[in-house]
Amino acid sequence: MSSDSKDNSRRKFLTGSLSIVGGTGVAATLWPFLTSMAPSAKSKAAGAPVKVDISDLQDGDKIDLIWRKKPIWVVKRTKDMLESINTNEKKHKDPLSDNTEQQPDFAKNKFRSLKPEILVLEGVCTHLGCNPAYNPDQNNFFCACHGSKFDLAGKVSNGSPAGANLKVPPYRFEDENTIIVGEMPKEQKIDSA
Amino acid sequence: MEKVLLRDGEITLHTRERSNKWQMYINIKGTDVFVRKSTGTSNLDEAAKIAGKYYDQLKETANIANNSASGVIGWIDARLPILSFIRDHLTQYYAPKNFNFWYFFGSLAFLILFLQIFTGIFLAMHYKPDAKLAFDSVEFIMRDVNLGWLIRYMHSTGASAFFVVVYLHMFRALMYGSFKKPRELIWLFGVFIYLALMAEAFMGYLLPWGQMSYWGAQVIINLFTTIPFIGPELGIWIRGDFAISDPTLTRFFALHIVAVPMVILLLVILHLAALHTVGSNNPDGVEIKKNKDERGVPLDGIPFHPYYTVKDFVGIGVFLFLFALTVFFVPEMGGYFLEHANFIPANPLVTPDHIAPVWYFTPFYSILRAIPDPAFGALAMLLSIVVLFFLPWIDSNPIKSIRYRSTLFKINLFTFVIGFLILGWLGVKAPTPLYSALALRFSEMYFIFFALLFFYSSTRSNLFSYIFSGAIIFLISIYDLSRISADNYIIVTVGLMSVILFVIFMTLSPLYSSLNKEKEVPDRVTA
Repeated sequence: MSSDSKDNSRRKFLTGSLSIVGGTGVAATLWPFLTSMAPSAKSKAAGAPVKVDISDLQDGDKIDLIWRKKPIWVVKRTKDMLESINTNEKKHKDPLSDNTEQQPDFAKNKFRSLKPEILVLEGVCTHLGCNPAYNPDQNNFFCACHGSKFDLAGKVSNGSPAGANLKVPPYRFEDENTIIVGEMPKEQKIDSA
Repeated sequence: MEKVLLRDGEITLHTRERSNKWQMYINIKGTDVFVRKSTGTSNLDEAAKIAGKYYDQLKETANIANNSASGVIGWIDARLPILSFIRDHLTQYYAPKNFNFWYFFGSLAFLILFLQIFTGIFLAMHYKPDAKLAFDSVEFIMRDVNLGWLIRYMHSTGASAFFVVVYLHMFRALMYGSFKKPRELIWLFGVFIYLALMAEAFMGYLLPWGQMSYWGAQVIINLFTTIPFIGPELGIWIRGDFAISDPTLTRFFALHIVAVPMVILLLVILHLAALHTVGSNNPDGVEIKKNKDERGVPLDGIPFHPYYTVKDFVGIGVFLFLFALTVFFVPEMGGYFLEHANFIPANPLVTPDHIAPVWYFTPFYSILRAIPDPAFGALAMLLSIVVLFFLPWIDSNPIKSIRYRSTLFKINLFTFVIGFLILGWLGVKAPTPLYSALALRFSEMYFIFFALLFFYSSTRSNLFSYIFSGAIIFLISIYDLSRISADNYIIVTVGLMSVILFVIFMTLSPLYSSLNKEKEVPDRVTA
């Protein structure tokens, strides 16, 4: 009782150490709750590659499929359409596809694809995630939400609210008419390895 | 007694009758920081010096606190009385200094309530209240949600832990007479909490949509159909269908996650508000507010914070250790916390071989089964819970604590607890003739406990004792006399005679012995 300073330091030590131990315990206990909100094993399993048969795909047509809960477009571009694609710096924000986030290396080319006529894109506007419409007559994709415009290689036009080109997902041709979305081309894998 | 005021009256020194040493009070800006602290000396100058030292230290701390109180906390406090709330309910809320082990369970129940709400919110993020999806969504939580099994086991173990803690909390009240005047309302709110908790647990148990969920709910909802006239219609209304099905599940989900938790929270607030109005009882059953010092502080009281907050932390630590042990190693507790049959999806066409409620309902389930008539069985079960509400008026013996009550009271409470546990154990067993006979006798003992509490409320005359014991014996005998026959007379006679002997001993021995002699209650708490 008489030596208060000593008592106080012991008390401070005990309070401090209890706070640290207790605080660590509480923080550790919060972890299961936070991680339970992250994608479940089921959601992760739903990210498997998707196979699509394009033997019936006509010139100028677009088909939609779903990979990892996102819309994926496959468009068979006509000659006219391919001619409409250019890499004019004044017309596009990223004419040469320099933003490596937006496509795998194999699609960093003029047509942003493995084969010029077959376009594979994620149909998610890079502005705020809407689903742009396909306008084959005007050779563009147009997002009605905020008016972003993309050419038929998914390159964003100057003056659009969107800042990046539409994303090209990893995909490969299993054979002439079968695309597997979600897997890289075999040779690409060897290259990078 | 001598009194000396120092530093504008913020320090008071005074002597005590029993010792001539100076004691100090330090009050800084209207707040008692030190109460009745001994200076350890009988010399006034020395005492003033010691008190001055404490005062300076405390003043410094107070200034630091005041500076922050003029900041953000001060701004809030001017608009919302947080500081005075902390003062009134924590730092200057005086609880008896002699709380023992049995006083951990109130704060533990509060912790579990928080835990159940918290884990429940996260389970509700993944659970699907749809008869077609419910079972699979629980398996989804167990297998696919990251650490979902942990959250679910915390919730299911928490349910059982809640009842363990609440039963111990209620036993404490029985033992120390905490339900008695002036704490009747605390007890009533407590029994309502217990009822709401039973409803909450029952509805929660339907949600996994396993076999036990389904058939347990089937049995319990059918209890309501035993009510005369309106029963069958009421059962359909509760289920929302002619059998337990999707509408039953969705409404139980809504009630389980929204309605009943809100009711429980409200009742807990009322329970605590009533508690803080009259103050806690204690193991001696002495009203500490009867002995106050000059400042109005109970002589046997200590501030809830820091004394009991720190003590409760120890209880919480031990509890969480046992809780984690259960969650990680025996979450199903051998089929008592989560029954085996509940890992099979609900099937309205197949009843499991053996249906038992979860352990915390089994004593009442035993009482239900003990009487071979659906309506009277349900009535007895209802009565066994309703009787709790009347406890403060049944037991009007002015002595609160078991410490000063008679030997017979102790025997009565002891047999009640043992009987309640045996009823619980019988409730999980399939009924055999012997078990049914035991269940009947211990159900009788359950009610006899309350009758005896009433009997021991005051000293009874010879005549009253004989009439009272005769009345109980008559009541329990008429049923047995109506059913006794050649093939059951041994089991009936032995059972009935045991209970009759117990009643005779408990009611008539006070007349011929000092077994009902009570001890004198001290003025102040002991130890």
